[in-house]
Amino acid sequence: MSARKKLLNPTSVAALVGSALLLFLALAGPSIWGPAADTTDVSSRLLGASAAHPFGTDELGRDILARVLTATRLTLLLTLGSTLIALAGGVVFGLVASILPKHPRRLFTGLLDILLAFPWLLMVLFFTVIWGATATGAMLAIGFAGVPSFARLVYNLASSVSGRDYVRAARVVGVGPVGILLRHVLPNIANPFFVNAAATASVTLLSFAGLSFLGLGVQAPAYDWGRMLQEGILRIYINPLAAVGPGIAIVLAGLVFTLVSEAVAGTRGAGFRAVAARAAGAVTLASRRRESVRDSAAPVGDTAAEITDLHIAFRDADGGVVERVRGVDLRIARGEIVGIVGESGSGKSLTAMALAGLLGDDAVVTTASHRFDDIDMAGALTASDRARLGVELGMVFQDPLTSLNPALTIGRQLTEVPEVHMGMRPRAARARAADALTAVGIPDAATRLTQYPHEFSGGMRQRAMIGMALTGAPRLIIADEPTTALDVTVQRQVMGVLHRAQEETGAAIVFISHDIALVSAFCDRVIVMKDGRMVETLDAERIREDAQHPYTKALIACLPDMTSDRTQPLPVIPPELVPEALDDAGPVGVRQPSGASAHDQEVPV
Amino acid sequence: MNALEIENLSVRYGRTRVVESVSLAVPKGRTVGLVGESGSGKSTIAAAAVGLVRPEAGSIRVDGVETVGGGSAARRARRRMQLVFQDPFSALDPLMPVGDSVAEALCSTGRRWSRDERVARVRRLLEQVHVDPDRAGERPGAFSGGQRQRITIARALAGEPSVLIADEVTSALDVSVQGAILNLLREVQQELDLSMLFISHNLAVVRYISDEVCVMRHGRLVEAGATEALLAHPADPYTQDLLDAVPVLGERMQF
Amino acid sequence: MTTTPPPATAEVVETTTAALAARVEERRLRRGLSPRTAFLLRRLGRLVVSLAVVIIASFLLMYLVPGDPVRAALGQSATPQLVEATRTQLGLDRPMGEQFVRFIGGLLTGDLGTSVRLQRPVADVIAQRFPTTLLLAVLAFVIAVIAALPAGIGAAVLARSGRRRGLSITLSAVLGILIAVPSFLVAVALISLFAVQLGWLPAAGWGQPADAVLPVIALAIGPMAYLVRIVQVEMLAVLDTTYMTTARAKRLPRRLVYLRHALPNIVTASLTVGGLILAGLTAATVLIETVFAIPGLGTIMVSSVGAKDYPMVQGVVIVYALIVLGVNLVVDVILATIDPRSSITEG
Repeated sequence: MSARKKLLNPTSVAALVGSALLLFLALAGPSIWGPAADTTDVSSRLLGASAAHPFGTDELGRDILARVLTATRLTLLLTLGSTLIALAGGVVFGLVASILPKHPRRLFTGLLDILLAFPWLLMVLFFTVIWGATATGAMLAIGFAGVPSFARLVYNLASSVSGRDYVRAARVVGVGPVGILLRHVLPNIANPFFVNAAATASVTLLSFAGLSFLGLGVQAPAYDWGRMLQEGILRIYINPLAAVGPGIAIVLAGLVFTLVSEAVAGTRGAGFRAVAARAAGAVTLASRRRESVRDSAAPVGDTAAEITDLHIAFRDADGGVVERVRGVDLRIARGEIVGIVGESGSGKSLTAMALAGLLGDDAVVTTASHRFDDIDMAGALTASDRARLGVELGMVFQDPLTSLNPALTIGRQLTEVPEVHMGMRPRAARARAADALTAVGIPDAATRLTQYPHEFSGGMRQRAMIGMALTGAPRLIIADEPTTALDVTVQRQVMGVLHRAQEETGAAIVFISHDIALVSAFCDRVIVMKDGRMVETLDAERIREDAQHPYTKALIACLPDMTSDRTQPLPVIPPELVPEALDDAGPVGVRQPSGASAHDQEVPV
Repeated sequence: MNALEIENLSVRYGRTRVVESVSLAVPKGRTVGLVGESGSGKSTIAAAAVGLVRPEAGSIRVDGVETVGGGSAARRARRRMQLVFQDPFSALDPLMPVGDSVAEALCSTGRRWSRDERVARVRRLLEQVHVDPDRAGERPGAFSGGQRQRITIARALAGEPSVLIADEVTSALDVSVQGAILNLLREVQQELDLSMLFISHNLAVVRYISDEVCVMRHGRLVEAGATEALLAHPADPYTQDLLDAVPVLGERMQF
Repeated sequence: MTTTPPPATAEVVETTTAALAARVEERRLRRGLSPRTAFLLRRLGRLVVSLAVVIIASFLLMYLVPGDPVRAALGQSATPQLVEATRTQLGLDRPMGEQFVRFIGGLLTGDLGTSVRLQRPVADVIAQRFPTTLLLAVLAFVIAVIAALPAGIGAAVLARSGRRRGLSITLSAVLGILIAVPSFLVAVALISLFAVQLGWLPAAGWGQPADAVLPVIALAIGPMAYLVRIVQVEMLAVLDTTYMTTARAKRLPRRLVYLRHALPNIVTASLTVGGLILAGLTAATVLIETVFAIPGLGTIMVSSVGAKDYPMVQGVVIVYALIVLGVNLVVDVILATIDPRSSITEG
């Protein structure tokens, strides 16, 4: 978020206003309302709400609202005290643990985890026995009870940064552990640290109130909100506001800290998540990285699938609309193998997903026509349409580890289509699944069906995905970068499997890749895409000779192969032809090797 | 004398031996390519060379000086090897201006640099890799993938190495950008008379940039020799498999 | 508590743990133990160590009090005879090693000492109050889980569809408030509404079923909201995965996609949080019992802490710790059994 946006959004404004208010009350409160809070007036004791006393009076006739406002100072001071203890202890132990060598570190984190298993309140009560049921004792108790959780958090943050490449680079260059801590670790954990610090303050405030409420915190004649709550609850039938009043104050103050946490956070919702995690006693509330959705010339009777004038757009964070595919026509003939080649941001994967009808609600898709065989994909699909699609359309994705459900056996995943769409009984479906696995070259199929995806190697998983398509009766298989994550020898095997599958079923294949050599070696026809448009369509075997478009020619020329001239510099794609996404003059290109955005300063909260 | 000599290197992770008795040499001013698939151990060799992992056995010598083990001589020798990392997105601290990231590597030279010297040196390095030196104060997020890779090369050069180890430096880049980086490496090598160990799984790229090639598989060195000769007439069947598996533009794949 | 004879010395505790760990390692190397069993043994080892930590910490309680623990408990005005009598009763006149042995021995035979304040056996007091606290916690837990799972899944589907954003945002805000407001404040609010204003339910006391309604609700609301949020987050993450796209590509009926493909993948996170909640509930009961004047472990804990009744505090802490550790172990065992990967990727 840009700095300006950060300051002006509602959360930040609310946080600022709230903090200012709390600060004012803490500093000026006792001077302004102190006298009213201490004035006893036995004749007006235990009154309910009225104009003179909006929250009523307590048993000595003192105005409760005035007491609530005056108590702000003590409550906040104690909260800050405990929070600082927890933060200081957490930072020291967490950072020290992160630079310890392996075995002492294991011991230390093991001890931390043991401490974390116990609810904090238990630890607080334990410490209260030691330091006494007084305001200071409670402050120490809550502070120290908060150290293990914060230490674990700091340790997690520091370790995750230590594992990054730029820290390894610094180590190679000779920067010592302290230097790495100061120059790389601290700045990069600063944001999540402050988010969690504010969250801790919020939870500490509530905890302190709880402790005073139990009578183990602030003792009479001093009073904080918690103590007032305890006194108020004894008289709840007479004057509910005696308890509700301080209660509201507690909630509002906690909310201010939560808002501060949220305002500091870079990602939306991170602050709230931090507070929730702290409140529940969890160290972190795991927030998974989102995988991005990989995010592309015959009469109708001979067409396996077609899509015309395809436009795909997405809404961006500021509410605008970004067009990623700008008018693509694609027609796949029956049994044809079509390859779509493009670099990052070309829109090739999005086109393929659109062809399959699998884009989510967040994509704005418009087409002139969209058909799969004789099914009109642009309209509503009937149940029999869906069944046919399930049987006749197969998908193979790039990362086989994530495209197979880790919680289900291979057998379960391969028998679904036969059972649900082809009306087969479980035994027949299993036989069909076993046949499919054998067809893709996986031996011992019956045993393999009972295994889980993580028990397969990468190449085997990809073959299993192809096998999944074979359990149906595929008319079209869409393979999106299926071998990009595989070694070149494994790639060859998987391509072989795909080839055999195509021969045996007569299915058409749409093969998407950034590797133009691979695509031209496997497909009949090659389509080149750039910046959301189709640049050229070429016959695969004549690709070098027939290429007309400057981008295609440049792409082919700058690809090093086994016959490139080693004495010359490699040809480079001239700047005017470089895709927008990779343009040096602009911001970072879209292609993210690990699927996560480089801008994600995900608060690991 | 060879710029880099690795002799009988073995590295262990936990219970498995990831690199097993590997010996190779990089002659001065030349490029040796190290090619292998995943699990071959090639990246581990790079890590061991710069001191990120401790070898179980074997020696690594830079300009004749032993780098394995403790002691300041070994440490100094290690600093004469610099590593260019694979992933341009994670190789630079996202909060640090790129000029500072490059300057950080200056302490590898062992000399003290005054502030002015440092600034001037960083400018010179950025120019050398064709990145606008006036942008030294910007953070990595403002640059494209290709530019970031150039900056990581500049950082490696800041350490004034005699050996440059490039570990899968083009694997995360698109084709448009790949060629430019390879050309830059060549250019820089010739300008500074560097010796280079180029690690990659991409046979075509390794062939293009290396004078000699070493093939690794499952932690062992399978074959080594002059690039053209080895790839034209591989002695080992695994090398032949690798060659057969590389798709050729316009040539139909045979199954 | 078991009735086996007490061990001879304190060292036995330590060596047992070490011996167990050593034996586990040995068996693993020799027989190539299945990853799942090795995982369970590690967890058991950790349980033993955790228990040891708690027991030792409890034992050291009196020694950690600054100054004279007996005086701190009885106050400055107590007579010297009372102080001496209490000192003997607490065993502080004996050497530390001997006391520790007696402490452990007592634990194993079920003798937790005598409450200084009540002059009754601690074990009796705990046995009397334990069922009440357990009932409260279990009821609250069951209600929270039963309500949260479908609500979380529904919230995820709602958020993902992008429609009815107003409802989605409101839900999010409500959940946020419920998570952040501590249980005792919720209790106060509930009392002032349902007991004071409307008069439908009692504000305090224990004995009738109606007495349980407000306390259980107050206990359950926060954890339930938290669980809803977790289930929602997990469900959204799952719905975004490639394997869900694969399932949708197969054009399976929606119900099947959610139940068979999505649900198993949120079980792990939900179960883990469920365990966390149950453990946290044991602590929350302390506050809720105080609000509603319920005679459970919580109220006795509070009064014992205030009065520095060491034997009572020690006993209650150990009981609470046992509950927490037990719940954690059960959750781990269930997770190991149902999740095909957890035992293998455990660290």
